[in-house]
Amino acid sequence: MRLNECGLAKLVTMAKAGEISPLDVASHVVAAVEARERDLRVFLDFDKDELLQTARSLTDSGDYRRTPLCGMPVMIKDNICVKDKPISCGSRILTGYKSPYDATVVVNLRKNGAIIGGKTNLDEFAMGSSTENSAFGPTRNPWSSEHAPGGSSGGSAAAVAADMAIVSLGSDTGGSIRQPASFCGVVGMKPTYGRVSRYGLVAFASSLDQIGPVTKSVEDSALMLNVMCGEDANDATSLPGAVPDFAANLDNGLKGLTFGVPRDFLEVGMDESVKDNFDKLVTNVQREGARVVDVSMPHAKYAVACYYIIANAEASSNLARFDGVKYGHRTQNDDDIYAMYVRTRDEGFGDEVKRRILLGTYVLSAGYYDAYYLQAQKVRSLVVADFAKAHERCDMVMLPTAPSPAFKLGEKIEDPLLMYLSDVFTIPINLAGLPGVSIPTGLSADRLPFGVQFIGRPLDESTLLQGARAVEKLVDFREKPFA
Amino acid sequence: MPSFETIIGLEVHAQLQTKSKMFCGCSTRFGSAPNTQVCPVCLGLPGALPVVNVKAVEAAVKMGLATGCTVARRSVFARKNYFYPDCPKNYQISQYEHPLCSNGFLHVEGGEKRIGITRVHLEEDAGKLIHLEGDDHSYADMNRVGVPLIEIVSEPDIRSPRQAASYMQKLRTIVRYLEICDGNMEEGSLRCDVNVSLRKKGSDKFGTKTEVKNLNSFKAVEQALEFEIERQARLLGEGRKIQQDTLLWDSVKGESQIMRSKEEAHDYRYFPEPDLLVLDIPESLIQRVDTEIPELPDAKLDRFVSDLGLPKYDAEVLTSSREIAGYFEATAKELGDAKAVSNWVMGEVLRELKDKKIDISQFKILPRQLAALIAEVQSGGINMPTAKDVFRDMAGTGNEAKDIIEKKGLKQISDEGALDAVVVSVLDNYPQEVAKYLAGKDKLLKFLVGQVMKETRGKAHPQKATDLLKEALEKRRGS
Ligand SMILES: [Zn+2]
Repeated sequence: MRLNECGLAKLVTMAKAGEISPLDVASHVVAAVEARERDLRVFLDFDKDELLQTARSLTDSGDYRRTPLCGMPVMIKDNICVKDKPISCGSRILTGYKSPYDATVVVNLRKNGAIIGGKTNLDEFAMGSSTENSAFGPTRNPWSSEHAPGGSSGGSAAAVAADMAIVSLGSDTGGSIRQPASFCGVVGMKPTYGRVSRYGLVAFASSLDQIGPVTKSVEDSALMLNVMCGEDANDATSLPGAVPDFAANLDNGLKGLTFGVPRDFLEVGMDESVKDNFDKLVTNVQREGARVVDVSMPHAKYAVACYYIIANAEASSNLARFDGVKYGHRTQNDDDIYAMYVRTRDEGFGDEVKRRILLGTYVLSAGYYDAYYLQAQKVRSLVVADFAKAHERCDMVMLPTAPSPAFKLGEKIEDPLLMYLSDVFTIPINLAGLPGVSIPTGLSADRLPFGVQFIGRPLDESTLLQGARAVEKLVDFREKPFA
Repeated sequence: MPSFETIIGLEVHAQLQTKSKMFCGCSTRFGSAPNTQVCPVCLGLPGALPVVNVKAVEAAVKMGLATGCTVARRSVFARKNYFYPDCPKNYQISQYEHPLCSNGFLHVEGGEKRIGITRVHLEEDAGKLIHLEGDDHSYADMNRVGVPLIEIVSEPDIRSPRQAASYMQKLRTIVRYLEICDGNMEEGSLRCDVNVSLRKKGSDKFGTKTEVKNLNSFKAVEQALEFEIERQARLLGEGRKIQQDTLLWDSVKGESQIMRSKEEAHDYRYFPEPDLLVLDIPESLIQRVDTEIPELPDAKLDRFVSDLGLPKYDAEVLTSSREIAGYFEATAKELGDAKAVSNWVMGEVLRELKDKKIDISQFKILPRQLAALIAEVQSGGINMPTAKDVFRDMAGTGNEAKDIIEKKGLKQISDEGALDAVVVSVLDNYPQEVAKYLAGKDKLLKFLVGQVMKETRGKAHPQKATDLLKEALEKRRGS
């Protein structure tokens, strides 16, 4: 049995039973990375010796069997800080920078027996939907090397899809976990905003960013959430309250659950194949005993426009610190301080990041703030209200994760607006701060995965995961990218 | 030159004396080795997030309550965006649209002048840039980054440089009373920018204002304003317009220079800080902080005047420091004669503190001891010049007045028999002076009294010595 192909839940069970060791799993993962990294380019940093070494010492001590994650490796999107490791955020501007501290989520993972593995590729500062904005080149979709893995957590999704990882962490600001999970045929979960501490996640848009897992099953996502979530004294926006056992109700099935389908929002359009896949799933879900109701989300279609004002405004400020003064890249040509700033940032940032900083700076400028930023905040509250109303009628809203299966590398990179629209169904969820999970729901004629996402009530990941798990069983997606 | 009215508003920054910084756990200690009090949060390292220091919030609420402000139950932190190497995130976390405190006031000029306070809000301090002579690099010390500040913005109610300095002094007194800021302007824990404009007398429209920055003493506030008012008056007098510039005061040269023009003014692109929640202030916090506010200088002054019968001037001097006022009050309570104590505290005590550059907590004479010394004078045990010598001895040694008087044999000689003998010998020793006095040179009496004091090594009761001398001289006139 190739252990790297197994899910987290299964490996944990086997490890607890003493059937396998962390070293066994790490060895299989390393072998897969060595075999596939050249083609897929998933990792920005991968230290196989360190991974094996850590797995070996855990195995020798035997302590791993008393921890929830049993010494299993977790790959980390390279915008999450790991102590003493380089962190690039897919950008040249952080050249040479190593984080002096662990992100809270990394601390939590370590505490619960995970081994922190390699750092995965992403669009620069998580800005993008294909990993093509990475300064270090795109990751390939394991299902088709000509296709994008989605983004920005494309490396994390591809790693799990290609069995180069058991699980990985992504970050989701406008769909950056769910859309690549959908493109790569894996499960991607964005918890409620504030569920997982953002401390140590390099901020793109602070009011939207949320860390979440990419896994091979809904159950694996639940296990990950169990160790990732919780209030953090270092993150003022993290949410108080007890963290339930997300795995407890997983197998309660479809019965008694109500799914809401926002027909008005679906009219924004999608590929015919996506629509077919989605509609069939809705029918199936209903046939298997769940209630399906129409809900209305009249403001969701404005979410993309609203998002690109709010996210870019916050980004323009969040990315101001990358200036060549303290760390990372600094221009050679630094004769005066302002010229130094300009040249450093011109050399260090890629086109998409510059575009967003410019847009964000513009919408916050005197005379424009009210028309853009304030207006966008109003729209945001309307989107929040849409969901709140929808959730009065259903336990979870159901939407395609993306309007198309994976697109080709190069296909949209020259047209930012077209690229932005690939997140049309994921963005509203971030604006509303709700939990959302994408699961694979089939393959296109070209053998590219479809994904459907479920959107739960605030902090009710348990019900959400129960529903997603039931649909997952129903779909029974067993395809693999490799023969 | 037409007569102008001066309109002044002040923006004062006060560093709060919290143990840790505004948004992280680093120490706020002043004077440590550069970059030793820093962490990922205050350095703005990638991924770090701010967390509000509740102690700083309480200090700001205290200031708000002490200056009659309304404390907002919900206020909002905002980012002020600008690029400068003293600001590691390239934005400062401050408050903008919804400040913590607003609509307050304070009084200056003995309660005659009320100056409105627009707002008191919380923010974080920037770092310090160090430029060394002959070195083409600049260095940054980030120890100060993130130290909590309150910014106190006044209404444009101030009408003269003198008034501006009084306002500033009053603010310092208040923050010291509240023990939220040490008020040390040299170390920069209290800093001030001024806005100033002129308008024709009788006009109700404001003229174009300029801002003068970098005023780190009361003198600088006054001088910079005088300089700027004169400059604006000259320009207006010549029929020219005032440009809305920001100026930098150079206290060495005694002049200000334009730092940036309106065109170069920053657009700070304020927006609500998404890393922090709305700052909720529970009513219970406001109530608790309110109980922690000590008697403030104005109330104390009133009480010193009405209850202790002090002249207003005395009360004003004594209440300018909470510690001095406390020392005075304790001493007055011991002695039961407030005015006598006030004279001593305002004279000898303050002089001693100034000479030795110490504050009252380091002063060796306890209130009880000072009261005992004054009592010695009042009972005639020693005379005033002797008392001042004893005071200096006490200030150095901390010994009791009684012991010093005894040990040094300083007890006043009031005994007429003993003094008589001295008087006779002085008159015998200075026959020429006696003759001149008797011929009408009254002034020589003082000389003769001096000789008596000299003979008794200062211990003679001055009045008694004078009386006895006069008596003896009159006798000689008759003989
Ligand atoms: Zn710090």
